[in-house]
Amino acid sequence: MVLVFAEQQKGKFKKATLEAITYGAKTAQLLNTTCAALVIGNAEGVDNLGVYGATKIYQINAEGLNDFDSQSYAAAIANAAKELGAKVIIMGHSSTGKSLLGRVAIRLEAGSVAGVNQLPSVEGGFKVNKNVFSGKAIATYELSSEVKVLSLMGNSLAPEEMGAAVAPEELSVDVPASRVKVLEAKTVDGEVPLPEAELVVSAGRGMKEPGNWGIIEDLAKSLGATTACSRPVADAGWRPHHEHVGQTGVAIRPNLYIAAGISGAIQHLAGVNRSKVIVVINKDPEAPFFKAADYGVVGDLFEVVPKLTAAINAYKAE
Amino acid sequence: MKLLVCISKTPDTTAKIAFTNGDTEFNEEGVQFIMNPYDEWYALVRALELKEAAGGSVTIINVGTSANDAVIRKGLAIGADDAVRIDADPKSSYFVAKQIAAYAADKEFDVVLTGKETIDFNGSEVGGMIAEALDMPFISYATHLEMDGNVAKITRDIEGGAEVAEVSTPFTLSASKGLAEQRIPNMKGIMMSKRKPLNVVAPVEISDPSKVVGYTLPDAKESVKLVDPENMTELVRLLHEEAKVI
Ligand SMILES: Cc1cc2nc3c(=O)[nH]c(=O)nc-3n(C[C@H](O)[C@H](O)[C@H](O)COP(=O)(O)OP(=O)(O)OC[C@H]3O[C@@H](n4cnc5c(N)ncnc54)[C@H](O)[C@@H]3O)c2cc1C
Ligand SMILES: Nc1ncnc2c1ncn2[C@@H]1O[C@H](COP(=O)(O)O)[C@@H](O)[C@H]1O
Repeated sequence: MVLVFAEQQKGKFKKATLEAITYGAKTAQLLNTTCAALVIGNAEGVDNLGVYGATKIYQINAEGLNDFDSQSYAAAIANAAKELGAKVIIMGHSSTGKSLLGRVAIRLEAGSVAGVNQLPSVEGGFKVNKNVFSGKAIATYELSSEVKVLSLMGNSLAPEEMGAAVAPEELSVDVPASRVKVLEAKTVDGEVPLPEAELVVSAGRGMKEPGNWGIIEDLAKSLGATTACSRPVADAGWRPHHEHVGQTGVAIRPNLYIAAGISGAIQHLAGVNRSKVIVVINKDPEAPFFKAADYGVVGDLFEVVPKLTAAINAYKAE
Repeated sequence: MKLLVCISKTPDTTAKIAFTNGDTEFNEEGVQFIMNPYDEWYALVRALELKEAAGGSVTIINVGTSANDAVIRKGLAIGADDAVRIDADPKSSYFVAKQIAAYAADKEFDVVLTGKETIDFNGSEVGGMIAEALDMPFISYATHLEMDGNVAKITRDIEGGAEVAEVSTPFTLSASKGLAEQRIPNMKGIMMSKRKPLNVVAPVEISDPSKVVGYTLPDAKESVKLVDPENMTELVRLLHEEAKVI
């Protein structure tokens, strides 16, 4: 059996969770087995996970799992995997998934790969790919343990409707008491967080000053995109730190990354070069970013960006 | 306070990425190696600050061959008291974590610090693995840490925001940007580092469940398609019809 940890945030499943379910269902097909989803706590639309490929849904409700703690969550997932005889365990490569993956692997003495981006190949050994060296290469891992644990990079495959709703079953497993007390969690509501955004509009030092960001926000709004920035801009306090993408910031792989007034230094590219499509707006035709771009506009961003916003609004109005 | 900082060596981001031996090994020829920035700038420096505030010791640990000694000496030059190198050529995060946990098991460290990830393999796994093997709580992606006696208040990055958690020693954390400010080793530090102990220990026997069997380079990007800055309607058309992203 393939077991997918169906992560929820504040009682809701995100797209990344549906992606993981679809990935789990397709992996199960390759292995001639079934895919089950594991939900911790209560959430909206639990039955619906069946639509994306889970044929069984297990739900754990236990004291000690009310707040997130990697130790108690990892124990719950690993104990469920043992109880159900799961051979492949899948989770999203989110901040939650990242803090669980290694723990679950050690508990199950399992080989693990973090941030896979393709279905495994199962002929002559279990092999799976992930990006390494900041997207400059792909490594193929072979896992030889009986149990395998994978985390799935967001946006690697689209959730697919491939089944029907399934009623969840209660599962009870041993869960150790948490030794971590969560005092507060502050998340920006309403905005799609950068690592999950499909469309991103980003700007750098070419903006000249923080007061000019209105045109970037307008462009982002016209697209329904999330905003990002280069490091010097965050360091200077022009933009909040959580917007900083690159080697030392957030690594993202949206469907569309639009960069205005960013030169495309290697450390910046490290965080964005896995985007599916890159558009670069820069007045310098020699800017290194053009080498990594799919579409380029050589021009003054203060003129180009508002024109692009207008063109998108016109397209949306059609 | 007894602190253990896990440090790793990675190719500099600007390094040329190439492979040898039938594309099964990273080609190290001509590559400049550095200490993984998250380990050096944040984990190590915050550990030194904790020691400066409360006393104790900072030990750095690496699983690797003698080729890593220069990077380890740099950690000593920045201020660690002593270093341990587990003499092996690791092939997976699992192997690294098991080795470090085996070493640390009877040493009673109060805090084990790792970087949030290595910038070459981006595993983000070793910290959680060590914590599990040592039965410790683990806080990932820490951006802020205050200690009050043996109780730590830690802010960590989560999707779209931050979480504040409280945990008592012993625990493991992985360090993210914000936890500390980079320190450049000074002359005195460099001189002193030569006399500080670097203990080489033999690895324990472990059966490793995963390994890299091959590398490939991504398909070369087609050259950029330039769009007339006066014609943004054309760019929108391309994004819709050709790239299919809007
Ligand atoms: C160890 C290390 C880690 C780093 N990590 C990161 C990281 O994670 N993320 C990151 O972003 N950087 C990182 N950097 C910094 C990186 O090397 C670059 O310095 C940085 O990305 C440059 O930011 P920028 O492109 O906004 O600014 P600049 O390099 O100054 O580029 C500004 C660009 O704007 C263009 N421009 C100016 N005016 C206009 C206009 N009117 N219209 C159109 N275009 C215009 C210019 O032609 C230029 O190309 C790191 C550096 C180091 C050493
Ligand atoms: N060979 C190693 N020796 C010591 N520590 C390591 C080693 N590899 C990784 N680490 C630590 O584990 C962290 C996360 O690594 P990874 O899980 O590989 O992304 C790094 O930032 C280091 O602190």
